[in-house]
Amino acid sequence: MPFSLKLEKRLEPSKTISYLVPVASFVLALLFGAVLLALAGANPLQTYRAMLEGAFGTPEQWQQGEFYSLTETLVKATPLMLTGLGVSIAFRMLFWNIGAEGQLVMGGFAAGAVALWAPTLFPFIPPWAYLPLMVVAGMLGGALWGLIPAMLKAYLRVNEIITTLMLNYIAILWVQHLYYGPWKDPQGYGFPGTAQFPEYAWLPRFTGRLHWGLILALVAAALIWLVLDRTRWGYEIRLIGENQAAARYAGISIARNIILVMLLSGGLAGLAGMTEVAGISHRLQQGLAVGYGFTAIIVAWLAKLNPWGVILVSILLAALLVGGDQIQIVMGLPASMALVLQGAILFFMLGGDIFTRYRVRFFRRSAASPQPAQTGAGK
Amino acid sequence: MNTSPPTSVKMRGIVKRFPGVVANDQVDLEVRAGEIHALLGENGAGKSTLMNVLCGLYRQDAGEIFLAGDKDGHLRQVDINSPRDAIELGIGMVHQHFMLVPTQTVAENIILGLTQPRFALNMRQVEKEIRELSGQYRLQVDPTACIWQLSVGEQQRVEILKLLYRGADVLILDEPTAVLTPQEAEELGQTLRRMAGEGKAIIFISHKLDEVTTFADRVTVLRDGKNVATLPTADTSKAELARLMVGREVLFRVDKDEVEPDQAVLTLRDVEALSDKGLPCLRRVSLEVRSGEILGIAGVAGNGQRELAEVITGLRPATGGQVLVRDRNLTNKAPRRFISAAVSHIPGDRLGMGLAGNLPVSDNLMMKGYRRPPLSSGPFLVRNAIAEFASRLIQAFQITTPSPNTAVRTLSGGNLQKTILAREITAGEELSQDQAPLLVAVHPTRGLDVGATESVQRTLLEQRAQGTAILLISEDLDELLSISDRIAVIYEGELMAVVDAADADVEHLGLMMAGEKHMTNNDVTIEPGFGD
Amino acid sequence: MTVALFVSILTIAIRAGTSLVYATIGEIYTERSGILNLGVEGMMIMGAVTAFAAAFHTGSAWAGVAAAMVVAGLLALIHAFLTTTLRADQTVSGLALTIFGTGLASFLGQRLGPGGMPLVGQVGPRFERVPIPGLSELPVVGPSIFNQDALTYLMFIFVPLASYYLYKTRPGLHLRATGESPQTADAVGVSVLGLRYLYTMVGGMLVGLGGAHLSLAYTPGWTENLTGGRGWIAIALVIFATWDPGRAIVGALLFGGVNAVQFRLQAAGTTIPPAFLNMLPYIFTIVVLVLISLWEGFGKRVGAPAALGLPYMREERG
Repeated sequence: MPFSLKLEKRLEPSKTISYLVPVASFVLALLFGAVLLALAGANPLQTYRAMLEGAFGTPEQWQQGEFYSLTETLVKATPLMLTGLGVSIAFRMLFWNIGAEGQLVMGGFAAGAVALWAPTLFPFIPPWAYLPLMVVAGMLGGALWGLIPAMLKAYLRVNEIITTLMLNYIAILWVQHLYYGPWKDPQGYGFPGTAQFPEYAWLPRFTGRLHWGLILALVAAALIWLVLDRTRWGYEIRLIGENQAAARYAGISIARNIILVMLLSGGLAGLAGMTEVAGISHRLQQGLAVGYGFTAIIVAWLAKLNPWGVILVSILLAALLVGGDQIQIVMGLPASMALVLQGAILFFMLGGDIFTRYRVRFFRRSAASPQPAQTGAGK
Repeated sequence: MNTSPPTSVKMRGIVKRFPGVVANDQVDLEVRAGEIHALLGENGAGKSTLMNVLCGLYRQDAGEIFLAGDKDGHLRQVDINSPRDAIELGIGMVHQHFMLVPTQTVAENIILGLTQPRFALNMRQVEKEIRELSGQYRLQVDPTACIWQLSVGEQQRVEILKLLYRGADVLILDEPTAVLTPQEAEELGQTLRRMAGEGKAIIFISHKLDEVTTFADRVTVLRDGKNVATLPTADTSKAELARLMVGREVLFRVDKDEVEPDQAVLTLRDVEALSDKGLPCLRRVSLEVRSGEILGIAGVAGNGQRELAEVITGLRPATGGQVLVRDRNLTNKAPRRFISAAVSHIPGDRLGMGLAGNLPVSDNLMMKGYRRPPLSSGPFLVRNAIAEFASRLIQAFQITTPSPNTAVRTLSGGNLQKTILAREITAGEELSQDQAPLLVAVHPTRGLDVGATESVQRTLLEQRAQGTAILLISEDLDELLSISDRIAVIYEGELMAVVDAADADVEHLGLMMAGEKHMTNNDVTIEPGFGD
Repeated sequence: MTVALFVSILTIAIRAGTSLVYATIGEIYTERSGILNLGVEGMMIMGAVTAFAAAFHTGSAWAGVAAAMVVAGLLALIHAFLTTTLRADQTVSGLALTIFGTGLASFLGQRLGPGGMPLVGQVGPRFERVPIPGLSELPVVGPSIFNQDALTYLMFIFVPLASYYLYKTRPGLHLRATGESPQTADAVGVSVLGLRYLYTMVGGMLVGLGGAHLSLAYTPGWTENLTGGRGWIAIALVIFATWDPGRAIVGALLFGGVNAVQFRLQAAGTTIPPAFLNMLPYIFTIVVLVLISLWEGFGKRVGAPAALGLPYMREERG
C-alpha cells in the first residue's frame, strides 16, 4: 500500500466534531437501511417517507386537527423515555442494567395487582387514591426486581449483565402465567389477559391514546437531570462511573450506590410498566413486554446517558417503531424491519464514535522512512 | 594502540513525534560490541522512546538505524517495523514493566512469539534448553514456575533469558534496578558484565546517576529529546552528568527547618493485613508518626507499602492489630471515617485512584470537600462555591491548567500531583480544625521531573513545619534521606527498624531492604554523596 | 424411576446441550483473545434461521450448517471490526449485535420461506439420530451417547480437539497470551489485532453452528425466538467453565439436564404450571453464577483472561 492510515488520540475532543459525527453516522445508517430496503424490493425513499408520515402524520392531517400519528409516536415514546432514563442512570455507574424489560413487566404486574385486587381486598380506599397507589406500586415492583441483581453484584460480585437478563425471562414468564392462568379474565372469551381495570384506575388521556404517562416521563427526566447535575448524589454516581477506585478513595460507598441507583433505575422501568397497563391496555395482557427494555439500551447509549437526550432519542426511536408499523401496513414489509434499522443505527453510531476520540492521519510510505504526508483529515 | 571495538548498533538522526510533543529530536546514538552503554536523562527526555524505536515498538518518523554487518566492520542499514523484526535482527529489550504473562510458566513465556515449533509444543525440550542457558549465564530460574509465583528479581531474569534464548546481540534494559534491592542490583551488574564479556552490546536506560557511573562504560545524555553528550563514564563526574541532564546546577540537599515533633497523630499497633492474593502482606507492623515530623518508609516496591497506605486510609481491611488516629481507634472503619478524621492520602497511582481523568479539574478538587458547606448545601451542590474553591486552589498551589473545567487527564504529571496535593492539604486543614492533620504520601515524586519534585518536596516540608504528621512512602532512598526525620524499612510486610534520618547509612538501609535484620553499630554518618 | 429415567434424561441432556457446547466453546475462544462478545444470542438465532432456510431451499442439512457458520461469522466480523479496529465499547457493540441479530432473524424468518412466506411451520431437512452400530447397544451409554445426530457426534470429537489446541499448541499459546497480556504478546511479535479478529470470527462461526443444531436437529424447524435466551446462557456457561473448553461440556450438560427435567415433568403430566418449568433454566443460570461468586469468595481464583473487555492499543503514550 502506498499509504497507510493511523489513528491518533485527540488531545481534546472538539465540540463540533462531537455533534457532527453522530449526525453523519445517523445519515450513513439511513443509507445502509436504504440498501437493505432496496434488496428487499422496496423503494427506499417511498419507505422512509411512509415511515415519517406514519410517525408524525402529514401536514394535511395536522391542518384538520388530526394528530393521531403524532400521539401514537408519543405513546410509544413514553415507556422508552422512562426505561431509557432508568437504564441511563444505571449505565452512568457502569452498572449494565439489561433487565429494564423485566423491571417494566414487574411494575406493570404490581400496578395491575393493585387495580385488580385492591377494590375487593381493601374497599375503604377511595377511587382517587388508586392512580397514585399504582404509581407507587409500579415503581416498587420495578425497584424490587432491580434490587435482586443489585444486591448480587454489590455483595457477591455477580455479573449483572446475565442476572438482569435472566430476570427478564423470569418476569415475563411469571406475568404470562398470571394472565393465562389464575388471573385470567373469566369473561375474556379465551383471549389471554386479565379483566379490565376499573375506570378510576385508568390513566387519563389527552387525545387519542396519549396519556398522562408522558407528563410523568418529562417530570422524571427533569428530576434525573437535577440529581445528576446539581446534587451530591449525582456527583457520586458520576464519579463511580468515571473511576470507581477514585470514588472508593473519596469515601463513597460503592455497594450502597449500586443498590440505590438500581432501585431508582428499576423504579423508573417499573413506572413505565405502570403507565403502559394503566394508560394503554387497562389490563395485564400479551403485549406488555415488546422490547422497550432493550430499545431503552439503545436510547440511553445514543443519548450519551443525558436525560434530555433520552427524551429526544426516545421520540426518534418511537418514530422508527411507529413508522415501522406503518410500512408493514402500507408496504407489506415486516415490522422487524424497524428493529433492523435500529440495530444498524446503533452500529453506525458505535463505529462513528471513535472519530470523536481519535483523528485519522495519512502517511505516505517511502523507501527510507515514513513522513506524515498531510496532517490528519481531522474527521 | 587501542582499536576501539566495532560498532554494534548505530542510530542516526532519529525523530519521533507524538501529539503535542517531539520525543526524539535528531538523536544520534552509537553503541559498541562488548560495552555497557547507559542512556541517561530525566523523565520525558526521550530515552524510552528512542529505545522503543530501536526494538520495534515504535516507528521513527525520520532517521536511520544501522547494525553491524560483515567482518569488515561495515554497517548495514535496517528497517525495524515491529518487535519481531527487531528480534530477528538480534535486538531485544527488557522493559521496566515486564512483558510477561503472569498466568503462564517461565518456559511458555520464553517461547512466546517464536515461529518454531510451528504447531505442537514440546515443553520438556524447551525446559531443558532454558536450564542450559540459565547455567551458562548464571541466571537461576525454574522453567516450570508460573510468573506470578516469582519474585521481581527472578522475573527480570526471565526477561533476560527470553532475549538470550532468541540469540540477542543487543540487549536493552529499561530502568533495570528500579525494582531491585541494592544487592540484587549488584548481581545484575555482574550479569551484564558477563554478557558484555561475550561480545554483546548492552544498553540500559536510567535516570539514576549512581547506577550509570557504577555499571556503564559510556553514557549518552538526553535532554528534551536531544542528545546533549556522549562520554566515557570514567571521564566524567556525577555532578557533570547531572548538569548535562538537567541543564542547570542541581542542589542535592534540601534545607530542612528544625521542628519539634509533638504528639503522635498516627499509631499502628501490630497491624496485620492480607494482600489481594490472600497472602499476608503486613506482619505486626507498629509505628508512630508525630505532629510535625516526616516518617519515611523505605523499601523495594512490593513489600507491603501500598497495602500499608491502604490500611491507614481505610481502603483495606486489617486482619489484626489497631490503627489509631489521635488516639481514636479507626481500625477497619470505612474510608469516609478516615477522611473526616483529617487523614489525607496522596495515592501512588495518580490517575488510577487519586483522580478521575475525564472529569474537570474542579470536580477533582472537590472530591474530599463536596460533602460540607460551602461546596454543598443539604443534598445540593453549590456551583459558585465550587468554582471559587477551584480557582483559589489553582492559584494557591500554582496548578497550570487552561481552565478549571479542563479534563484533568490533560495535565502534566507535575500538575496532576499538584492537584492532588492541593486537594489533600486543603481537606486536611479544613477537617482537622486545631488539631494536626495526617498526610499519607505514596511515592509522591515518582515520574516527576526535577522541578516538580522540588516543588512537591518543598510543599511536604512546609506542611511539616505547620505541624502536619506525614507518612512518606518512597522508593527513592535519596529523597527519604533528604526530607524525612526518621526512616523505617519495610521488607515482606515487616518493619525492619526505625532510625533517625540523620544517623542513617545507605548500606544499612539497603541491607534491611533486602531482609537483613542485623544492624551494625556505626558511628559514621552518611555524606550526601554527590559533588566532586 | 431409576436407570431408564436416568438414561432418558441423559439422552435429552446431551441433545439439548450440543448447541450450548458449540456456542460456549466459541465464546470461550473469543474471550480468550480478550474480546467480550455479548452478541451470542443474536448470532445464534441468525445461525438457526439461516441454517433452516438454507437447508430448506437446497435440500441439504449440511448446506444449512455451512450457511449458518458463514452468516454468524460475518456478524462476528462486524463486532470484531467495531471493537478491535474502531475501539468501540465491547459491551455496547455486543448488545447491538444481539438486538440487530434477533431483529434480522425475525425478519428473515418471515420472508425466507417458500415463495417469500414465513418459515414457521415448514418442514425441512434435518439431522436424524444415527445409532452407531454395536456401541448403541451398550447399556446406559448406548442409547444416550451413541444414538445421537451427526452434529452431536461431531461435538464429542470437537471438545477434546478444542482443548488440545488451546493448551498444547503454539497457536493456542499465542491465543492465551493475547487475552492475558496483549502488550506482552505484541512485544514478542504476536499479532494481537489479527488474533482477535480471527478468534472472534471463529467463535461466531461456532455459535452459528450451535444455532444450526437447534433448527436442524433439536427442535427442529423454525419459530420466533427459537433460541429462547440460550445465547445468554452460553455466556454464563463460559464463566462457569472458567474459560476451559473441557469444562464447557459439564455446564452444557447440566443445563441440558434442566431442559430434560422440564420435558419429563411435563410429559408426566405434572401439576407444576408450565411457566415455572420454563423458568428453570434461567433460575438455574443465576444460581450457577452466584455459586461461582461464592466459590471465588472462598479464595479460589476463577481467572478470566486478564485483558478481557479491554481494547488494545499499541503506541499509547503513557
